[in-house]
Amino acid sequence: MPNPILEVRDLRVEFPTRRGTLVALDSVSFAIQPGEVLGVVGESGAGKSMTGAAIIGLLEPPGRIAGGQILLEGRRIDNLRYEQMRRIRGREIGAIFQDPLTTLNPLYTVGDQLAETMLTHLPIRPAEAKRRAIEWLELVGIPAAAQRVDSYPHEFSGGMRQRVVIALALCAEPKLIVADEPTTALDVSIQAQIIALLKRLAREKGTAMMLVTHDMGVIAETADRVAVMYAGRIAEIGPVRDVVKAPRHPYTAGLMASIPPLDRRVERLAQIDGAMPRLSAIPQGCAYHPRCPKVFSRCAVDRPELMDAGTTDAACWLHYKSPAHA
Amino acid sequence: MFAFVISRILQSIPVLLAVALISFAMFAYVGDPIAIMLGQDFTEAQRAALVADLGLDQPFWVQFTRFALHAAQGEFGLSYRLSRPVADLIAERAPATLELAFCAAAVALAIGVPMGVYTGLYRHSWLSRAFLTFSLIGVSLPTFLIGILLILVFSVWLGWLPSFGRGDTVTIGWWSTGLLTWSGIKALILPSVTLGLFQLTLIMRLVRAEMLEVLRTDYIKFARARGLTNRAVHFGHALKNTLVPVITVVGLQLGAIIAFAIVTETVFQWPGMGLLFIQSVGSADIPVMAAYLLLIACLFVVINLIVDLLYYAVDPRLRTGRGRGGH
Repeated sequence: MPNPILEVRDLRVEFPTRRGTLVALDSVSFAIQPGEVLGVVGESGAGKSMTGAAIIGLLEPPGRIAGGQILLEGRRIDNLRYEQMRRIRGREIGAIFQDPLTTLNPLYTVGDQLAETMLTHLPIRPAEAKRRAIEWLELVGIPAAAQRVDSYPHEFSGGMRQRVVIALALCAEPKLIVADEPTTALDVSIQAQIIALLKRLAREKGTAMMLVTHDMGVIAETADRVAVMYAGRIAEIGPVRDVVKAPRHPYTAGLMASIPPLDRRVERLAQIDGAMPRLSAIPQGCAYHPRCPKVFSRCAVDRPELMDAGTTDAACWLHYKSPAHA
Repeated sequence: MFAFVISRILQSIPVLLAVALISFAMFAYVGDPIAIMLGQDFTEAQRAALVADLGLDQPFWVQFTRFALHAAQGEFGLSYRLSRPVADLIAERAPATLELAFCAAAVALAIGVPMGVYTGLYRHSWLSRAFLTFSLIGVSLPTFLIGILLILVFSVWLGWLPSFGRGDTVTIGWWSTGLLTWSGIKALILPSVTLGLFQLTLIMRLVRAEMLEVLRTDYIKFARARGLTNRAVHFGHALKNTLVPVITVVGLQLGAIIAFAIVTETVFQWPGMGLLFIQSVGSADIPVMAAYLLLIACLFVVINLIVDLLYYAVDPRLRTGRGRGGH
């Protein structure tokens, strides 16, 4: 196995508040191989976006990395100074945000924003940057790119703006893209185009991608592997087909059962009773145990780490094999 | 763009007419100029002659039309007090006031904007807190008190700067300037600071509030995620987005500085329009007061127009005229 582009080990993110410290992420570990697309799913507040923000080093204060390591090609990046991390952002890790209507600065042309990004990171001249800006706009499928390069963001539609955002994330040719809900704010008809574009560009450029979304459809379409997050931890991680077809964690199973199947009609969709706990009230033991249909005594006492569950890894005591049997 | 300017100028005509009406109405209701001009001893015949001479026996609308037509040509008649053409009086005094106002605005901008940016970026530093405390003082102390305190410190105790007047001035054409002589510049410092201090603190607090707002936006986060330098993020992306409200306030405040330089000019005996206005009020010199009011109204109209044009320069969403939402 080649060395991973990104490796996250036991990441812990805390938010100090007046009423005590909230643990937003705990023991989050995963790796992304070169060219691989890792999907990250979960409900709102599960810590998906937080993981992405921690990786690009832009956690909102007072949030901070309280433990664990983040390694980019084997080099630790979680403890870098702001200026060192700035050189990595955009150059080695590109980011795509959720809402293309608000991620572009309204006062600068898209060409200027592209050129500015490239001039910050690449040893090229302004004329070359302008030329490449047009190339990138063509690459992300903006018609008449040579004219549109001097347009302002408000002159583009939402889908077109997200294409510009993708160009901005990729223009310094980073090795990894952190895409945080890149299609959530778009029309359904546009979503598929944007996903196809991301997939194609990532494959062509050999860019690895961490795709954060709550849309299982997007994950099934795009990702190679998927991590399911619940209450700040990874509940299950594995190849996307296995996780979708044969989930090993009861939470994943519940999620999958709540997706309406296309091939037959169902009267009622399955749903998971209750709600994800707030960060200030995560139960002891497995965070999912109050809602879990397969709960047993140990779940309320000990917290399960990720363990081998056959085709995937799941943080669930159902798959625990005592060392004696192993 | 040209059509826009024309339409704005046309829109301003009713405004100016309304101001003209108000200032004209003063002739009828503020004091009795006849009594002031004639003094203690006069005959009824003298009084009637003067009334006829000034046209005060004509119907209201005839008088107003005549006034407005003359005003449009820059003629406001003779000052009752000084018996000289009002236009000449104002032309003499205007350079002093305008110079003072622009220096005050320059001081307010040159110090207020950087302080606002700093306090916005480093919210919790002790220097930011010091600036904010200082700005409270600037906002709440009345102008005349600041002026008197400055005179006390820098003129009386330290003796560094003059406490009144413009110092030596140089006349270029009809414009007299104090910016070309050392004593003129020294004389400008205290009044400019006095007049600009309130604006400075206002601009600082405004820029700070706008910076805090803009720094929270997605495009600033995205600019950071693109790895742009702090300098580019703060000054290229954030500050530029705070400009529209800042331009609005600075424009209006510039008008206010010119219009309300009266207090500062009185404290420093600055020979400007404000001082002229105060003296005219004292002697019910209505032509001067009316002309001053109209001039200030014109000034506001012009400044508003310039502010609108600056919006166009700063914000491309206004230029195309089909903004599609988003921030």
